[in-house]
Amino acid sequence: MSLLLNIAVDGIAYGMILFMIAVGLSVTMGLMRVINLAHGGFALIGGVTMHGLLASAGMAYGIAVVLSVAFTMVLALPLERLLYRRIYRFGELQQVLATIGITFLIIATVNVLFGSSLLAIPLPKSLSVSVDLGFRTLPLHRLLVIGVGFLVILGLYGLLERTRFGIRLRASVDNRNAAATLGINTGHVYAITFCLGAGLAALGGILGAELLPIDAYYPLRYMVLFLIVVAVGGMGSITGSFFAAIGLGLLETASRYLVPDFGTIFFFACVMALLAVRPNGLLGRA
Amino acid sequence: MMGGLEIRNLNKRFGGLTVANDINLDLKPGDRKALIGPNGAGKTTFANLITGITPPTSGEIFLDGRDIRRLTEAKRVKAGIAKTFQITTLFSALTVRENLRLPVLERAGRSWGFFRAAASMADIDAEVDALLDSFNLSRHADRPVEQLAYGQQRLVEMALTLALKPRILILDEPAAGVPTSDTHLITDAIAALPDDLAVLIIEHDMKLVFQVARSIVVLVNGTVLTEGAPAEIAQDPQIRDLYLGARHD
Amino acid sequence: MSLTETAQVQSGRRGLFSRRLVADAALLAVAVCAFFLFPYDLAFLTRILIMMILVLSLDLVLGYGGIATLGQAAMYGTGAYAAGLFAIHVWADPVAGLLVGALAGAAIAFLSALVVMRAHGLTLLMLTIAAAQILQEIANKARPVTGGADGLRGIRMEPLFGSLKFDFIGQTGYWYALGVLCVVFAVLKVITASPFGLSVRGIKASPARMTAIGTSVYWRLVVLYTIGGAVAGIAGALAAQITSLVSLEAYSFSLSAEALIMLILGGTGRLYGAILGAAIFMVVHHTAASVDPFNWLFVIGAMVLAVVFFVPSGLLGLKDVVRSLARRVS
Repeated sequence: MSLLLNIAVDGIAYGMILFMIAVGLSVTMGLMRVINLAHGGFALIGGVTMHGLLASAGMAYGIAVVLSVAFTMVLALPLERLLYRRIYRFGELQQVLATIGITFLIIATVNVLFGSSLLAIPLPKSLSVSVDLGFRTLPLHRLLVIGVGFLVILGLYGLLERTRFGIRLRASVDNRNAAATLGINTGHVYAITFCLGAGLAALGGILGAELLPIDAYYPLRYMVLFLIVVAVGGMGSITGSFFAAIGLGLLETASRYLVPDFGTIFFFACVMALLAVRPNGLLGRA
Repeated sequence: MMGGLEIRNLNKRFGGLTVANDINLDLKPGDRKALIGPNGAGKTTFANLITGITPPTSGEIFLDGRDIRRLTEAKRVKAGIAKTFQITTLFSALTVRENLRLPVLERAGRSWGFFRAAASMADIDAEVDALLDSFNLSRHADRPVEQLAYGQQRLVEMALTLALKPRILILDEPAAGVPTSDTHLITDAIAALPDDLAVLIIEHDMKLVFQVARSIVVLVNGTVLTEGAPAEIAQDPQIRDLYLGARHD
Repeated sequence: MSLTETAQVQSGRRGLFSRRLVADAALLAVAVCAFFLFPYDLAFLTRILIMMILVLSLDLVLGYGGIATLGQAAMYGTGAYAAGLFAIHVWADPVAGLLVGALAGAAIAFLSALVVMRAHGLTLLMLTIAAAQILQEIANKARPVTGGADGLRGIRMEPLFGSLKFDFIGQTGYWYALGVLCVVFAVLKVITASPFGLSVRGIKASPARMTAIGTSVYWRLVVLYTIGGAVAGIAGALAAQITSLVSLEAYSFSLSAEALIMLILGGTGRLYGAILGAAIFMVVHHTAASVDPFNWLFVIGAMVLAVVFFVPSGLLGLKDVVRSLARRVS
């Protein structure tokens, strides 16, 4: 029973991290039709900035999170305007290659500035405690991650369903040419979406540093993991990404607890089987 | 059992939408049948049901008396049903000659060859040359097909299909996108098709239909409204209202 | 076609043919010269030859067949482990080992293709990556057999053809790799010119049209991927035999990615692009890494972006670009 609860809490927390990082990737892939292998780079940039702010400036955790996410978004904007804008028009392979190139540059930059060692993001004392739920105690940080994850999905839901930007975004994902002829400035939609996705990735990178430790090679190491979330969830589907991320988080955690020696093999085998049966993902369109 | 294609009570529903409603149709060797109907009548879906791209909800399809519903798209081609695409679908970076070699090799059962060069097979190339000649494409044989004018690409499309030596030929809007000045290329090519071939032409262009078809099937909302000789169809007031009138204004 | 026209076409074809042979001879001459010019870099040069074979296998599946894969390392690694284990436990003959590597690569390619070729685009890409990762993890966990993270050690090859010993400087290794490369290149030239080769180019151009002429696209891609797997397996086997070591890196994502970069750099769908791309990438990589072991990734990243943005059709495509520009000017 307690094992199941552990798996559930750790798995859902892990899934929330995956969701935050991968949702932007999924939406940009569905919207701009770009295979962006460099997306994990934004999680890294967020994590590195956070590390810098905590280590050198000694800033308070909460403020540092906000600043790091904001910084990543500000950095993502010129990248989208100058680089990605041109990549959208490329063929699949060229996109893969270009974004691998960008990944290399991000890694090299972090390597120069911070070296290749692990970049710690220490939790403040107030977060590294355990909470007593009466029948069990759980680490507060896990609960915080799950809480933030839910806030993010609620926020995204509100953004998509309740705002003009959401309508435009959905219209553009549905059919970007039709959206453009309806007078929607798809360029702006792309830019905002891209920056939002980058910001969420940064948030996920920071909060998930305990599970997916930050170092220069982060974007390359976890690239496959993030892409799997997108492939399983179905490109462009936020709901799909959410369920895929939670499902994969639980699967990963369960296989680590239950079959520790063959966790990774089991995980990838499940993913392969699922994609073989549903090549467009859980909620993907044909 | 008589030869040709027999379609019996064919139905196709997508969810609540019926796109083929109890269609019956015969296509015998030598037929030149046109399938007309307004946009969204289900013409292309019907073609896809015959070629195997879309599985029917119910109904039967026989080729020379043999039930072909279980055959895959590729197997149906091998059985003798070939089609041209509404939107030109060619091997664009390959030359015209290479485009034609592919179906000839495939039909001859030699497309799995690994050792001899495809360009060194005299018998294959003789057949390719004959096709090039009959479609007046010899001059362009060694150009990548993407460099050809659209009307000529439509001819390659037809030549490619004929290279399969089909018994049933489905032409999906053969003149779509071809400038009027070049339409005669298409009608001439259709007129020159082998006599014993069974041809179903799906077409919007009424002028072309009346030039080449010997009988016309009118499809509306997935249902066959009527079938008859071009003269009868042209006279039918219902058809004039529904389709021809609206077009010829 | 008149007789004279036929004669012209034939002589034209022969002319083209002989020009191709000149190019092949020139490449071979470069390889031979490299042996004498850089006697102390034979290990590195041999590594380039091996990468050329891997990139050739990628060119076959991706350049000709249009299968966008990032998992060619799955077959390379399998070939390497198979050849290594075969040499340790069964027979240390190099040529027999190569065949075992080829078979192992082909077998893994065939099995994964049964699943992978049902998918397209991103899903296909994911499946190829996932296959390589699963294999890497299996090799990692099967420590008693593969040596796990320490790598497979203790590969001692018998002399080539029973007489040529693998020497310490790597002279035999170099000629051996060059010989294998030449054979692979020649075989791929034949296959790509064959009806099968034409049909996979057809699939790349239009799968829908291939189906419409009666071809079973799926099985053809499975066979193509299997052949590519055999070639990648040969590359892995060569690496295992010549370096006497197989590490988990043989299955790594970076290896697949680098092979892809080399191919695009050289130009896809023409075999020569694989040769050129592998040579240039390896030299740049080597030089950058030895000049600045910390920041060479900058150079690679910038090179990749430069290729994609400025020479999207690869270096061999430059020729066409220049030619069409010249035509426009004249």
